[in-house]
Parts: sequence; C-alpha cells; structure tokens
Amino acid sequence: MLAQLAAEFPDWYPEWNIPYWLMSILRVVGGLVAVLLPAGGIVYIFLFKMMSFMQSRLGPMEAGPYGSMQLLAEVGKWMQKEDLAPDNADVRIYKMAPLIVLLSTFLLVVVVPFGPQAYFTNFETGIFYALAVASVSVLGILIAGWSSANKYSLLGGLRAGGQLIAYELPMVLATLGVVIQAGSMNLNRIIEVQNTGEIFGIGWIGNPFVITQFIGFLIFMIAVQAELTQSPFDMPIAESELVSGYMTEYSGFRFLIFFIAEFATAGVFGFIASVLFLGGWGVPFTWFGWEGISDVAWWMNFVGPLIMFTKMFALVGVIMWVRFSYPRFREDQLQTFAWKVLIPLALANTAATAILKVVF
Amino acid sequence: MVESLLAQAEMNGSVNVAMNIAFGIIATVMIFAAFSVVTTKNVVHAALYLVVVLAGVAAQYILAAAEFVAVSQVMVYIGAVMVLFLFGIMLTRAQIGKEEGLNNSGWQLGIPVALLLFGLMAYVIVDTYEDTVIGERTPFATEGISDQVLAPFLVPFLAISFVLLAAAIGAIVLARKD
Repeated sequence: MLAQLAAEFPDWYPEWNIPYWLMSILRVVGGLVAVLLPAGGIVYIFLFKMMSFMQSRLGPMEAGPYGSMQLLAEVGKWMQKEDLAPDNADVRIYKMAPLIVLLSTFLLVVVVPFGPQAYFTNFETGIFYALAVASVSVLGILIAGWSSANKYSLLGGLRAGGQLIAYELPMVLATLGVVIQAGSMNLNRIIEVQNTGEIFGIGWIGNPFVITQFIGFLIFMIAVQAELTQSPFDMPIAESELVSGYMTEYSGFRFLIFFIAEFATAGVFGFIASVLFLGGWGVPFTWFGWEGISDVAWWMNFVGPLIMFTKMFALVGVIMWVRFSYPRFREDQLQTFAWKVLIPLALANTAATAILKVVF
Repeated sequence: MVESLLAQAEMNGSVNVAMNIAFGIIATVMIFAAFSVVTTKNVVHAALYLVVVLAGVAAQYILAAAEFVAVSQVMVYIGAVMVLFLFGIMLTRAQIGKEEGLNNSGWQLGIPVALLLFGLMAYVIVDTYEDTVIGERTPFATEGISDQVLAPFLVPFLAISFVLLAAAIGAIVLARKD
C-alpha cells in the first residue's frame, strides 16, 4: 500500500518519509480528533448556545468563560456515576451495545479525506464503504433496546430500526447521483472532480455538486437528519411517550458513549456531505493553477482540515437549526415520507443524472 | 507454522506472513462464532454470533484484496439482512435469557451434511491450486467489475436481477392480506 502511494505521489513521499510507527500514532490521534472535536464543538455551539439563544436564554454560563468548560464538567459528572444495569437485562449485550454504536462512528471517519494526502485510508470504494459501516450502528441500537428488558426501550429500538432502514435507502440513492457525475466512488476523486469541473464553461467556483445535484443534496440532508434521529425524526426517543427510547435504562458513561456517538456521527455525516456536495477540503484548483490532485500544494494538508471543519459546522448548524425548529413527525407520516416521497424522488434523480451524463 | 511461512516467504518473496497470521486468527474466531450460533440457548445471541461470522467473511475478503465484495458483504448482510433478522425476532419473540426447545428434531442430520460439504470444498480447493503460491495483490478497480458485469455478463446479470425483482414482488404479494 505504501509503495503504491509512493508511486502516486513521487514528489512528496520521499522527502516526508514518515516511519510506519509514527504514521500509526498520527492516524490514531487524528481519528480521535476528527471524532471528538466535532462532537464537543457541536454540543457546545449548537446544543448549549444556539438552542438557548433561540429560546431567549443564555444557556450554561458558570463553568469557564461563557460556559465553555461546561462540557468537561458534564463529562466529569457522567464518569463518576455508577455503571448500572437493570436486574433482568442481558448484561453482556447491554454493556456492549453503546460500544457498537461508537465503533460505527470511528469506522466512518476512516474514509474521510482532509487533504490531498491527509487521509486515513484512500479506499477505492470510499463512499460505498461509508454507507455500509453507517448501517452498523442500527445493530447497536436494536440490541440496546432489546437487552434493557424494558418495554419502552424495546419499542424505541424497534422504531429506530424501522426508521433507519427506511432512510438508508434514499441516502444511498441520493449518493448515486454524485457517484454517476463524478465517475468514481473514491472520496478524494469526487473532490478533485468538483474542484476542477466547470458549469457551462464557467470554472472559477469549480463544479460543487450542490448546484447540479441539488435534489440529491436535499434528499441526503433529510436522510441524514433521520439517520441521526434528530427532530423532526426523533420518534425512536420520543421523550413524551417512550421516556428516552432505547437509551432509557442507560446512565453514567454508557449514556455518555451514546451521547458522544450521536453528535460525533452528526459531525462525520457533515464531513461526508461536504465532501459529496460542497467540494470537501478543496478550493477550486484554477485559483492556484493546479491541474489535478497531484499538483495541489503541500500546505493544503493543513488548510484542508480547517476548510472541512468550517463546512461541517455550517451543515451541522442547519441540521441543528431544523432540530430546534420543528415538531415531531408521527410514525406513519415518517414511513410514508421515506417510502412514497424520498425514494421515488431519489430514483428519478438517479435516472435523470444518468441520462444527462450520457448526453453531455 | 509461522516459521514455515517465514521460510517460504524467504524462498520466493511473495508470501505475506502478516496476512497469513491474520487469516488464521479471523478464521478461528469465525469457526468459534459459527459453532456458537447453533449451540447458544438464546435466539438473539445466535443472531449476534452470526453477525461475527459475516463480519469475519468481510475481513477475509479485505485480506484477499476484494474491497468491493467486502463492502457489499457489510452493506447487505450486516446492514440489511441481520438488522431485518433482529427486527423480526424482536417483533415476535423477544425473550431474554435461556430458551428451551430451540433444537430442530433432526439436528443430527446436519453433522454429516456439514462434514460432506467441508470435505468437498477442501478437495476442490486443494485439487485446483495444489501448491501454487498466489502472490500479493493490489485491490481490483471497481470500474473493472462494472465493465465485466455490464458487458460480457450482461444477460446473466439481467436474468438474476429479474429473479430477485420477482422474488421481492412475490414477497409483498404473499405478505399483503387485503
């Protein structure tokens, strides 16, 4: 694999010459940063502050300046709590379930590229892999609901299962349009196509697929909202009927793991959406006279992550804005919306993209 | 075992020792999980052990540089089939703890069938490859797969799609009572 990389990027690999052990440490640290930093940022900026301002209150203000240390205080509180399990629960599976959900998040971030060479792995089938491992979290949620030995949890788990299966399909189909237009499933190649492309001969903003695939973008973002079980799609954890759905019995650091996984996955989906539709880490390559991805300057490996984080926070900001603004869908409305509106629309979008791809 | 692999690697330089060790570890886990699927006393546990087996298959595909097949395996079997399995089990019988009467009355018949299948497949594999050493491979480009499926194998591909579509429609017709 490294030999292949060296052949692909002959001008950077020999002079950087990072040994394997250092590369492995860098990857682990990078993975933790790419998962935990968005999670913490999203919780503080949107959950603590934006929601409070939308409700005409200040939010947490005591811990640190403007309450910025509140998150550390909360984590400290959760870590101190006793690791409880209900008497009748299937304890082993009950304790494993949150870990499966978090595992899915870490597996997801592995394919996200943050720069021309700043990636964990350059998977040929990148976006397909991302969609596949995203579906692993459903397993964790289902067995969390089952093993809690609580009817609210079981109902929550079942609702979550039904909802995540229903919204995975429009998500996959919306991505198809992008894959057809880019002609590749590799995320770095998708970014390259967007930043070197042009729309009707105008190339100074490249060709971000949010313009040509606008319907696909809308469907993808709606499906992400549902996959994250954020309001108005929060039927699985509807607190007025199911206490807290599949999370009802969890407390202490196992609840914390569910909580981190929820917001970290929001961040990772923000990354993936920005790669698919907003040009990812790149700026239009014509600005600096780069022909393709192999000409991109080395400093993009440091500027790229900043661009990615900005785009991710913008997209997650929209998700959270919708979450704080709309009331919950009824279960039948939710299923009908996926199967009778989103999936046919996504199929039509795929067909139209395929036809236009052949025509132009 | 490791020493003989290392000796072979020195001899012709194409045996990846780390890959062979990984294969052995994953295969052991898969066999253990496969036995647990049929011996465990709880249906949900059986389903979860099946997830381990299927994930192991995906890992083996990755070791064999078959990236696309591995990802399809995760998407189809873990993401869809197993989730539907668990969904169905939880909708009908979501009992926690041990359950009696899970064994089929003719379960002994499975043993000779399994042994026969194992013998057959082992014979076919050994007979085909004998002692050929298959060198390291780089992942196969996904375009190559689609070029194959959509050009020389188009008719079989369409035929299989048609059968699957008919099965899906049939399932809906059978399930709908009104």
